[in-house]
Amino acid sequence: MAYVPLADQDDAHALHDPHSFVTKYIWSQDHKVIAIQYGGTAIFVGLVALGLSILMRLQIGFPDTVSFLEPSFYYQAVTMHGMIMVIYLLTALFLGGFGNYLVPLMCGTRDMVFPFLNMLSFWFYLLSVIILLSSFFVTGGPTGAGWTLYAPQSISHGTPGHDTGILLMLISLVVFIIAFTMGGLNYVTTILQARTRGMTLMRLPLSIWGIFVATVLGLFAFPALLVSAIMLGFDLVLGTSFFMPAMMQLGEQGSHDGGSPILFQHLFWFFGHPEVYIVALPAFGLVSDVIATHSRKNIFGYRMMVWAIVAIGGLSFMVWAHHMYVSGMNPYFGFFFATTTLIIAVPTALKVYNWVLTLWQGNLRLNTPLLFAIGFIFTFVHGGLTGLFLGNVIVDVPLSDTYFVVAHFHMVMGVSPVLVLFAAIYHWYPKVTGRMYNEMLGKVHFWCTFLGTYAIYLPMHYLGFLGMPRRYFEMGANTDFVPATAQALNANITLAAIFVAVAQILFFVNVFWSLRNGEKAPGNPWGATTLEWQTPDTPPKHGNWGPELPAVYRWAYDYSVPGQKEDFIPQNEPGEEFEKTHHTKGATS
Amino acid sequence: MSLFHDVTNKPWDQVGLPDGIDPKPVFRASSASVALTIFLGVVSVVFSLLLVSYYIRMQLGDWVPVALPDLLWTNTGVLVLSSVFMQLAVTRNRHEEQTQFAKGAGLLFLLGGLLAVAFIAGQYMAWTELVAAGQGVRANPSNAFFYLLTGVHALHLIGGLWVWSRAEIRISQGVPASDIHLSIKLCTVYWHFLLLIWVGLFVLLSYT
Repeated sequence: MAYVPLADQDDAHALHDPHSFVTKYIWSQDHKVIAIQYGGTAIFVGLVALGLSILMRLQIGFPDTVSFLEPSFYYQAVTMHGMIMVIYLLTALFLGGFGNYLVPLMCGTRDMVFPFLNMLSFWFYLLSVIILLSSFFVTGGPTGAGWTLYAPQSISHGTPGHDTGILLMLISLVVFIIAFTMGGLNYVTTILQARTRGMTLMRLPLSIWGIFVATVLGLFAFPALLVSAIMLGFDLVLGTSFFMPAMMQLGEQGSHDGGSPILFQHLFWFFGHPEVYIVALPAFGLVSDVIATHSRKNIFGYRMMVWAIVAIGGLSFMVWAHHMYVSGMNPYFGFFFATTTLIIAVPTALKVYNWVLTLWQGNLRLNTPLLFAIGFIFTFVHGGLTGLFLGNVIVDVPLSDTYFVVAHFHMVMGVSPVLVLFAAIYHWYPKVTGRMYNEMLGKVHFWCTFLGTYAIYLPMHYLGFLGMPRRYFEMGANTDFVPATAQALNANITLAAIFVAVAQILFFVNVFWSLRNGEKAPGNPWGATTLEWQTPDTPPKHGNWGPELPAVYRWAYDYSVPGQKEDFIPQNEPGEEFEKTHHTKGATS
Repeated sequence: MSLFHDVTNKPWDQVGLPDGIDPKPVFRASSASVALTIFLGVVSVVFSLLLVSYYIRMQLGDWVPVALPDLLWTNTGVLVLSSVFMQLAVTRNRHEEQTQFAKGAGLLFLLGGLLAVAFIAGQYMAWTELVAAGQGVRANPSNAFFYLLTGVHALHLIGGLWVWSRAEIRISQGVPASDIHLSIKLCTVYWHFLLLIWVGLFVLLSYT
């Protein structure tokens, strides 16, 4: 077939505007509507997980006064909280939500390259969420095996939801992976093939680089979860012994024999560690754009930022066994994974320096998105540094399965990405809704969330040093070594957690109140350079760009260019070549 | 090394539209073939991980190789034929006008798909044969892997058949041939890929 560049094909076709309510808002193939569907579903299910975490905290903080929680429910809450937050909230919101919204707009296309597949992706995602939540209503309830679903525990008697609950979880994961693959193929292909005229790879905003590499990671890491889910399903339903060793259950010899639980752990973490970066890399990208825009400076070291994202993506496949130091492994093996883990800190630290250097002497506009972005730098450095502790075998072994680990991963991949999500939601809110949010409410929301999360997680490091084990329903005879005073700390942490959870009401009030009553937003309220702020309509209409696609003449970070009237030059502004010192053959204007 | 050039140039030095074809995709191919190529990568990862698990599980001491039914040879032949027919459909179309099908190309494409259905039916028969011989999924880890690997392979083929059936429906609706050539081509690539995977699996299952 004759080759026709995609964006040209797009122009040739008439735009099919959906007219009825159903095709416009429900069975929509428009990336912006799908993004909002993804985002809404993810935030809803995230609220369920938030509620579960409060129930858990009530139990840990006030074990004597709170009596309505069963131990089995506690484990189910731990499991579902973890799984929902990592996969169904963060992965879905960053890639399904922001990926869908921003990829076509920032690349200057009318839509994803496969809109139908994109729609299907959302509906599969919704289905996976429904299957997941339905496990709350079956006998035995959802699985309580911990979010890692380690065999043999997850499918053995004594674990809550060891039959139906875990089965629904596995099915839900498989459906989610199918949904993600359909969406992921879309994002990757759109970014590779459908960028508008002049949008070279190195003119892409860092948001797109983050989303792109995270999607590639997802496409190649989720198969490991798929494989482990299917094999665990075999062990559960068909009674095979992939992972299941010979065991006594209920006083009888079980039917399984000879399987390898360690194999499950390897498969799970071969997915599980890249998953951390599937969540982190889009956050890195989005926060870079927020920081550059609100500090009115070009991002420091753009090329390094891009290469660092790619390097982190590559390295993230070589560190998985650092989650398994206590599972038993060859010391050389542990040494290898400790080394790779420390190496991955190099590009990551590079990114942190570059964010700080972008802020350095910038013309900071300390509004809500930038506050959240700066808050992210704090929590991320904090969580990253404790990661260096845990990456070393000899430090990890005593700290393993204590609250130090809980504090570490909540800081680095819980709080940090969530702060970026808030930064990004406030930042793009005017574009998505056409209204400004309330700045005052936003700032109060930030300070409550930021200080509140520190009040939650900082003391947890200390609890970890005391040896307080994670995942325990209550402290008892076996945990005598934890001093009784730890209980006071735990009670305070719970109060802080309740405070932070309640403070999120401010966010929802802001989002919904501003939807109707917010000031009408101009097309480019922040004076941003990237393409999504240059659309003819706000919010962008179906097809995004009116009759003609934009052409891109410059990189994404022309902020505060000397000698210019404005402190930003949009990417689609032709302009003269005068401010540039080097001669380039590519320039045609 | 244009990709290398793309990701190493200094974007802040450049104003204006760059040279070359514009808009500039990374690969000079249709989006659908790029997406299919990436998808083949994803499927390869799935099977690689299964094979790694296979290798690890094999060494745990209780492994008894499964006696494969002879029917699998027939099935392999059917799948090879299916791929050949698909390829013939593409090759014939190559010399034709973009607007119409070559003589017999549509029929070859149809036969290719039907043979794949026959392959899946054959695999199912092989399963029942094994089960009847007392070699069910629980008999030995090698049996479990046999059902797992053949099952995952068949599921991927069923996915391909879904795309194939959509192309067939469009052909029957009289959609212009130029819109379907690409579908046929991509189906064929996928078919060859799955044939390759199957041959690999068959060799592995036969010798271990």
